[in-house]
Amino acid sequence: MIPKRFEYFCPTSLQEAISLLGTYGEEAKLLAGGQSLLSLLKLRVADPKYLIDLGRIAELAYIREPGACDAAARTDGPEGEIAIGALTTYAAIKGSRLLQGRCPLLPQTAAVVGDVQVRNRGTLGGSLAHADPAGDMPAAVLALRAELKAVGPSGERWIRAEEFFLGTFATALRPDEILTEIRVPVLKAEKAVYLKAARRPSDFALVGVAVCLKLGRDQACEEVAIGVTGVTEKPYRATGVEGRLRGRRLEPKAIEDAASAITLGVEVSESIHASQGYRSHLARVYASRALQAAR
Amino acid sequence: MHRIAVRINGKAYGHEVEPRLLLVHYIREKARLTGTHVGCDTGNCGACTTLLNGQPVKSCLMLAVQANGAELTTIEGLAGNGLHQIQEAFLDKFAVQCGYCTPGMILSAYALLKANPKPEEGEIREAIEGNLCMCTGYQQIVDAIGHAARTMRMSGSR
Ligand SMILES: Cc1cc2nc3c(=O)[nH]c(=O)nc-3n(C[C@H](O)[C@H](O)[C@H](O)COP(=O)(O)OP(=O)(O)OC[C@H]3O[C@@H](n4cnc5c(N)ncnc54)[C@H](O)[C@@H]3O)c2cc1C
Ligand code: FES
Ligand code: FES
Repeated sequence: MIPKRFEYFCPTSLQEAISLLGTYGEEAKLLAGGQSLLSLLKLRVADPKYLIDLGRIAELAYIREPGACDAAARTDGPEGEIAIGALTTYAAIKGSRLLQGRCPLLPQTAAVVGDVQVRNRGTLGGSLAHADPAGDMPAAVLALRAELKAVGPSGERWIRAEEFFLGTFATALRPDEILTEIRVPVLKAEKAVYLKAARRPSDFALVGVAVCLKLGRDQACEEVAIGVTGVTEKPYRATGVEGRLRGRRLEPKAIEDAASAITLGVEVSESIHASQGYRSHLARVYASRALQAAR
Repeated sequence: MHRIAVRINGKAYGHEVEPRLLLVHYIREKARLTGTHVGCDTGNCGACTTLLNGQPVKSCLMLAVQANGAELTTIEGLAGNGLHQIQEAFLDKFAVQCGYCTPGMILSAYALLKANPKPEEGEIREAIEGNLCMCTGYQQIVDAIGHAARTMRMSGSR
């Protein structure tokens, strides 16, 4: 399969990329790792006139220590953040000592995306901007309550993960914006887990549940955020489950009760691999297991 | 058209290419190295696996222009005087049937053994997760890679 003809640009700075995107607007497409876009181009589902390759913008691939970030983006929540450039590959995230030590949920999640080859090319920014309804990283950034930085011709703005995913392949990014950075908290008292149900190890999730949990006194749940993927048209926060957990001791019964709210208010997807009923069941079971594991 | 320059198996290549040209087609049709196969053409099978600056990638999911300036290794680059030890191991352990997946499998194994000369079975299986084989059932391939690891360690080669 061969993509349609397009004009190709490979800017070496973010500024250059933004001005190209400003010039060509909706007729242009950004290329990051290409692990989703190349297939879309080949199937001609996407047929941009202009392709802007971000792959040579070295300033967009980094994982930075807390403190090395400029003015903190978040106003509440845990202190200390790690900044990750949008072009950082899954392989770099999986192998990052810094993340393994301070925010292990991200490397743990990156490790179960696709296969070695996909992880060598695919990027965190690309996976979030692509917003596949079964993407793994979206669940993790939701549970981490990450902040996403979008830069466009009129400057930069921060978008909270839970406001980023709008629908299947649809995000809060404007057509002239580039996702440049993802900020995640340093996990201290929190424990975090991502569990994925897939038919084979390198497949997309039938259901994926990411949990970030902080226990207080008496082992009661002080704070919890749960990101869910694969279940409906977009990755989402399971606020129904979170609400039932806050303030409660996480006995098995309490976990089961809360997990049963995981599909509350969402239209559960159906496919040849999982009926609505089966997928809902998986979601409940994986939510329970993830909570048990994070406890 | 875009001018690209790459090194494949240590040799320099330069061509004017259309930006839409896939890397796998560049390797096969411009550089004329047909050991890199096209299986699924959708990024799933790994038959087109190539090492890009030492790391396995699926060359059907890349444009040739994205590889501009890169160092590529294809299956043709492994044998020196005689077959590479991984290739020998695939023969010894009957890890080749139709051979379609073999170049990709061997390159994934090669990248694994360079980074990790003494892999556990689980690590071998993870390394070839992106390479599908319709024939062997994988066990012989996993055995061959383990065997290659041992012979390479014994001879101190890479
Ligand atoms: C065999 C295979 C298995 C896979 N398995 C999984 C899996 O198990 N789990 C999973 O989550 N994913 C899986 N994927 C998809 C993979 O995660 C993709 O890498 C990811 O979805 C896209 O990231 P990318 O960097 O490759 O982006 P690209 O494919 O280059 O781009 C994707 C989209 O995002 C846009 N975009 C990219 N970067 C930016 C940016 N910085 N700002 C704004 N827009 C941007 C592009 O314009 C495009 O529309 C798999 C892919 C393959 C081929
Ligand atoms: S031909 Fe590239 S992955 Fe199958
Ligand atoms: S030997 Fe035939 S596909 Fe692997």
